[in-house]
Amino acid sequence: MEATDLQAFRADLRAWLEENCPQEMRDGRNDEASICWGGKNWNFASEAQRIWLERCVTKGYTVPTWPVEYGGAGLNREQEKIFHEEMRRLNARYPLQSFGIWMLGPALLHFGTHEQKLHYLPPIARGEIRWCQGYSEPGAGSDLASLQTRCEDKGDHWLVNGQKIWTSYADKADWIFALVRTDREAPKHKGISFVLIDMQSEGVSTRPIRLISGVSPFCETFFDNVKVPKDQVVGEVNRGWDVAKYLLTHEREMISAAGGTMGSGRALGAVLAESETGLTDPILRADAMRAEIDGLAIGLTLERYKDQAEAGQGAGDASAMLKYMGTELNKRKLELVMAAGGSDALAWEDGRAPNWLRTKANSIEGGTSEVMLSIIAKRVLGLPG
Amino acid sequence: MRDAGKTYDPELWKSMVDMGWAGILVPESAGGSDMGHAAACVLAEEMGKTLAASPFLSTAVIAATALRQVTDQRASEALARIASGDATYALAVDESAKFDPAKTRMEARAEGNGFRLSGQKKFVADGGNADRLLVLARTGEDLTLFDLPADREGISRDGKEMIDSRDSADIRFNDVAATGDEVLGQVGEAMAVLRPALEAGQAALAAEMTGLAAGALGTTIEYLKERKQFGVPIGAFQALQHRAAHLWCECEVTASAILHAGRMLDNDPENATLAVSLAKARASDTAQRAVQEGVQMHGGIGMTDAFDMGFYMKRARVAAEWLGDYGYHANIVAQSRGF
Repeated sequence: MEATDLQAFRADLRAWLEENCPQEMRDGRNDEASICWGGKNWNFASEAQRIWLERCVTKGYTVPTWPVEYGGAGLNREQEKIFHEEMRRLNARYPLQSFGIWMLGPALLHFGTHEQKLHYLPPIARGEIRWCQGYSEPGAGSDLASLQTRCEDKGDHWLVNGQKIWTSYADKADWIFALVRTDREAPKHKGISFVLIDMQSEGVSTRPIRLISGVSPFCETFFDNVKVPKDQVVGEVNRGWDVAKYLLTHEREMISAAGGTMGSGRALGAVLAESETGLTDPILRADAMRAEIDGLAIGLTLERYKDQAEAGQGAGDASAMLKYMGTELNKRKLELVMAAGGSDALAWEDGRAPNWLRTKANSIEGGTSEVMLSIIAKRVLGLPG
Repeated sequence: MRDAGKTYDPELWKSMVDMGWAGILVPESAGGSDMGHAAACVLAEEMGKTLAASPFLSTAVIAATALRQVTDQRASEALARIASGDATYALAVDESAKFDPAKTRMEARAEGNGFRLSGQKKFVADGGNADRLLVLARTGEDLTLFDLPADREGISRDGKEMIDSRDSADIRFNDVAATGDEVLGQVGEAMAVLRPALEAGQAALAAEMTGLAAGALGTTIEYLKERKQFGVPIGAFQALQHRAAHLWCECEVTASAILHAGRMLDNDPENATLAVSLAKARASDTAQRAVQEGVQMHGGIGMTDAFDMGFYMKRARVAAEWLGDYGYHANIVAQSRGF
């Protein structure tokens, strides 16, 4: 794309954002209380949040890189960079975040049929349907491929029985994308399929799991003779592991993106300086400087891999690196935030503690740090075993 | 080379000159190839991997970048001599054990149309063999950069035996005469010339250290695949796999910072300071981590002088210190990030 076209795009976008982004949405907040997740039962936290979503939906800005026919704005990589730069310039909140956007969307775009894309993607883009992810099971954590949830072919429908765990927001989601076993005889990676299930279906139930942060973002999800229409498998039957792996790389990039801060998010120094103890303590300051340096470099790495992906060189196993480095850094950062906050941060009402506690899951969910290191050791470095 | 008692191999430098490396940042009009900082960083990275000792950074990167900030005939001729291999340079800035140009005390006293320089410089990389010296000195309150022949009367060089076996000298200036023509840029405005030169050097040095880290990591990975204990290659042990994988991650992240610094120097040099300091800080950290992990994963053989890991380690230590250590560059990053 010509530089002049990009300049025009930037100018138009900037004018649109200035005109349409409500003032209340210009605080750059990205904590649990400020995120708009969407869905059938979504209660907007404010009128501004509702208006901001509605306006972005008309432009396709909830999913800027998706094709226009599926509810996106069809932006290319250069335009996408500009989009994020301009959003940051206004310190604008993202209008909508969801597992549909981060995970299912990319998987459907890659593996879905045209009909599936037309059916499932636009409601994600509009924030109408909220999705959750059914991967882990009580007996299948790091060894995900050993999952046992059973999905039987009953001729005109599938019949699903089993249990998922760590299903984020399953109690609030409208639909679930899940990995199920469709062939019990095949080697464990070869008998898995990727299915889409309406959470309103008879036989689906959820139970929240209370976490150390005091909240219950994760659930147990039970499937008891759940009937699923035949056209709700994504990709080929028994080839769901391919979809799962593809989706996991997106999940890992998404989780690691939280750690990188080259231009995105706020500088750690600025955040810590707001605390009463701030950056006066030399040891805290030194630790924070290190974290800032590492965060900037990880952010640049994220950009570098996106550029490579755009050029047709897939990040592939490198997403394991981004996930590992990004989440470990995120944990360090929130430790610093708590240390800077001193005793102020220890009261629940202060709000920092739940975020700090939440980060402890970052290096577990989506593949533990140790699983990431093993992937790198074997697939990137070629070490034996 | 070390065992022959040499710190610098003129033949190696000549072959680098023949390949055009000396002129990589010299304009085509002065006989260079003008390929830019990103390209210079790629070369420096390769030199780091192979531990090649040469005045490339001091001459082709730092001095060439300094000279390019000046547009007179003299500077243009000096650039041509760099590209053709007729002149090597060293940068004389440090006066104490830590890099900090702002704290320069060496004085250049005005006398007639020229100056008289007196004082002492330390840790002048490539200073024992260089044909010319870029010297930072105080003219009154401000700093001025001089471009002097190293054999000027009153200059005495004391070559040091460094842990990395490279050329480094302490240099004494005893009432050394300099003409007004030998001021690089304007009197009292050294940083206009020196800042871009330092940033170019810091980025290329960071690239060298990244290459060094990759070299140490590569050697280590090979060893993990070959060395057997308990009847299996030691690379099959998860404890070692995870150490190696973590190190690879650190190297990848640092490589991104190096690429970014090279690009910023080429495309937006006025605003490259943050990118360069980020690169130098990360590279100093990663290179030192790589050599320490390298020795640990090699076990006893990593401690032997016959093995390359020790050379990597000693070079990493020197390069981490040269042109500003981790703390120096971390502070620059911190300042621009609201600390």
